Amino acid sequence: MTQSFDAVIVGGGLFGAFTGLFLTRMGKRVALVERGHVGAQSSGANFGKLRLQGRAIEQYPLSLAAQSHWENFESLTGEGCEYDRTGMIYLASSPDGRQKLLKYAQNSLACGLEVEVVEGEALRRKMPWLAAQDGMIASCSTRCAVANPRLGTPAVVRAMLRGGGVLFDNAEVTRIAHGSNGFTLSGPTLDTVSAPVLVNAAGAWAAAICAQFGEEVPLIAAGPPQFVTEPLPYTLRPSLYTIEGDLLLRQIPRGNFIFAGYPRTLANADGEHTLVPPQKTLAGMRSVARKLPFLRHAEVIRVWSGVEGYLPDMLPVLGPSQTTPGLFHAFGGSGGGFQIAPAVGENLAYQICGRPPPVDLTRYSIGRFSSNLVVSEKMTSEFDPSGYDRRC
Amino acid sequence: MSELHPVVIGAGPAGLACAKALLEAGLRPVVLEENPRPGGQGTRRLSPLMTPEAERLFGHAQAGATARREAEEDRVLAACDWRPGSLVWGIFDNRLAILRDGRHDSLPYDRLLIATGATDRIMAFPGWTLPGVFSLGAAQVALKQHAAFIGSRVVLAGASPLLYLAAAQYLRMGVRHLTIVDAASRAQKRRAAAGMAMTGLSTLIEGLRLLRELRRPDVRRIDGADLVRAIGGERLEAVEIRHASGRTETLACDALAFGHGLRPETQLAELAGARFSFHPQLRNWFPIIDADGRAGQRLWLAGDGAMTGGREAAAYSGRLAALSMLADRAGAASPVTREARALRRRARRLRRFQVHSAGAFPWPHEQAAAMPDDTIICRCERVTAGEIRKAVSSTAGPVEINRVKAITRCGMGRCQARFCGPTLQELTAAASGRPVESVGRLRAQAPLRPIPVGSADEEARA
Repeated sequence: MTQSFDAVIVGGGLFGAFTGLFLTRMGKRVALVERGHVGAQSSGANFGKLRLQGRAIEQYPLSLAAQSHWENFESLTGEGCEYDRTGMIYLASSPDGRQKLLKYAQNSLACGLEVEVVEGEALRRKMPWLAAQDGMIASCSTRCAVANPRLGTPAVVRAMLRGGGVLFDNAEVTRIAHGSNGFTLSGPTLDTVSAPVLVNAAGAWAAAICAQFGEEVPLIAAGPPQFVTEPLPYTLRPSLYTIEGDLLLRQIPRGNFIFAGYPRTLANADGEHTLVPPQKTLAGMRSVARKLPFLRHAEVIRVWSGVEGYLPDMLPVLGPSQTTPGLFHAFGGSGGGFQIAPAVGENLAYQICGRPPPVDLTRYSIGRFSSNLVVSEKMTSEFDPSGYDRRC
Repeated sequence: MSELHPVVIGAGPAGLACAKALLEAGLRPVVLEENPRPGGQGTRRLSPLMTPEAERLFGHAQAGATARREAEEDRVLAACDWRPGSLVWGIFDNRLAILRDGRHDSLPYDRLLIATGATDRIMAFPGWTLPGVFSLGAAQVALKQHAAFIGSRVVLAGASPLLYLAAAQYLRMGVRHLTIVDAASRAQKRRAAAGMAMTGLSTLIEGLRLLRELRRPDVRRIDGADLVRAIGGERLEAVEIRHASGRTETLACDALAFGHGLRPETQLAELAGARFSFHPQLRNWFPIIDADGRAGQRLWLAGDGAMTGGREAAAYSGRLAALSMLADRAGAASPVTREARALRRRARRLRRFQVHSAGAFPWPHEQAAAMPDDTIICRCERVTAGEIRKAVSSTAGPVEINRVKAITRCGMGRCQARFCGPTLQELTAAASGRPVESVGRLRAQAPLRPIPVGSADEEARA
């Protein structure tokens, strides 16, 4: 028996969940299809950063719209996700990094995000726990925040279900048929579902759906290694990022320090998990030890990673397919998907309903890969060169 | 390219037997051991404090045999590339990540034997996190390593081959007040004994000898009783038990050691690429090995870390794995010698013994469903049974154990679920109404032990 919906979303990550939530709020009947469990991959295993600093100026409309949703997450979903407006310190120690940091600070100010730039004695006074280094400069924002990624996706999915959406989990899609009356999906543990609209929110696995509809995307599956120490007294509220990319750290109120390591790590061959190579664990620990000497004796108790989709320009693919009417894409968070997810879902829902989205999504179109591709400097700095070459 | 030395992780009975066989073949294996001294757990060496007491602890004949065995082990290790105090905390791309004396090292291997043994399998119960509550293994470590009893009025409880061994050793060393609470009834033990007699008569006789030794007026032994809760304010003051009749009783004590059999330490094997299968009688996951202990192209597993079977089985399986490694080196699929066939037969029989003994040492999985909501399951992260049940039963909630861990934090702390994992498995199964094998198996990720942040900074150390 076929169940019919207004839209079927493939992928129970945060992009798919928010798209489902906003579509149900707009009165659509939605099916969310997830091959495993909701929020299991990068949506649930990421760093939890709701970062506004350090973005290209064009990204601000989407990011700021998303931040408002995070700030109102409880009223939006009816549940908490440990959202905490901790603020963020963006730090540069190299001359090159200093230039970039100042440019990013200008971007922030131009887009209405208040930041305070400190250096020299003022920086030392403000952050006496940092290993002092000449030329160090920091920009601080109070609106940047964090949330618990493990709690986010299930909460959004439950809100979608309360709004009338339907969840099919443990339901891998193995067949997608497309005809005049839309899309029909099925799988070994999925009874047939059909809808005139299909949303491809399959994260690191989205390229296969694109390929079926004649769209090639250079998507690679990888995960950022994340490390956590034993709990220590809670002393560091803001998150700390270096512009050089060698440190990304925050402390959670229960006391553990969490830090992420670069370069990012390609997913295992099975595509299901990312095992973190020990040398990356050690490289991450080394940066922490050098920048934050007070953590030298803290013990790392756990490492984890997830699987997420990356695109060479480190921007997601959002919006309608170029080949197939009714098909919409939302994937390729490229390490920044968590923060923008609410706005991704909202704007995509507008598009699907045929209404102009509040934020123009043109720059995120899948069509951008048909012309010459610009590889982001973040792509080159955050991945092993060998790893990136191997996949592309 | 020159050939790498074979690497053995774990200097217990299995690892040492493997190293010895490799030496006999003219190879010089690297032997890595987390502890400063060889021996393993069951055959843990006495600390210098305890050495003068060896005869009293083991008995005259056993003490002599132990001394001879340890001298032989020392001879073997002297000929190996012996690296005690080596913490292997990760395996990636056929290299071991090692922390030793505060320094990190990366060791490549062609052929690797992992013999990391077993630890107590524990079912949480109310109050088990109180100071004064130990595992049965820890009770023995206290005695052999630290020359100390865990208390002066001691209760030993659960269902485990360690139960009577620990009891006998405590009595021989002069503990005054000892109560044994065996979860298996006499009938259960009698039923299991038949199968055990057929597969491991000598081990069974050893066990019966212990039981006879413990039949003394000053030792109280209770059969077929479960732990209900540990009672105490700042530390343990009493243990409440439930007899087979349903009657409860409170035993005053200042120390409790408990355990429910053994669970293999398999995290390193998993990182080295071993796959797992569920064993229905033992209700647990074990790495998949062939008859010789081979688990992968470059990987062999032996001893209790592969399949619980005790010291003898460990030594057989260690030697057998070495023969298989040597055959592989010579380009053969598996060793065909008479010795290899005999070892295979013996190891197989001892493992069947293990399955039969599961009847005498039952894993109390049914307790998970009845466990009060406020029972702490994960002591590192203080996660209760109620929190786990709530997560499992919530809409869009997790029914796969790694997701339950992610949502509740159960198993995320220092011990990485090595102690709470078995209880979490049963609770997830009970709360979701699914068979325990269908809720999955907790995945391992390096580092397997806590490592200090500063250890990675070579410059500062130099």
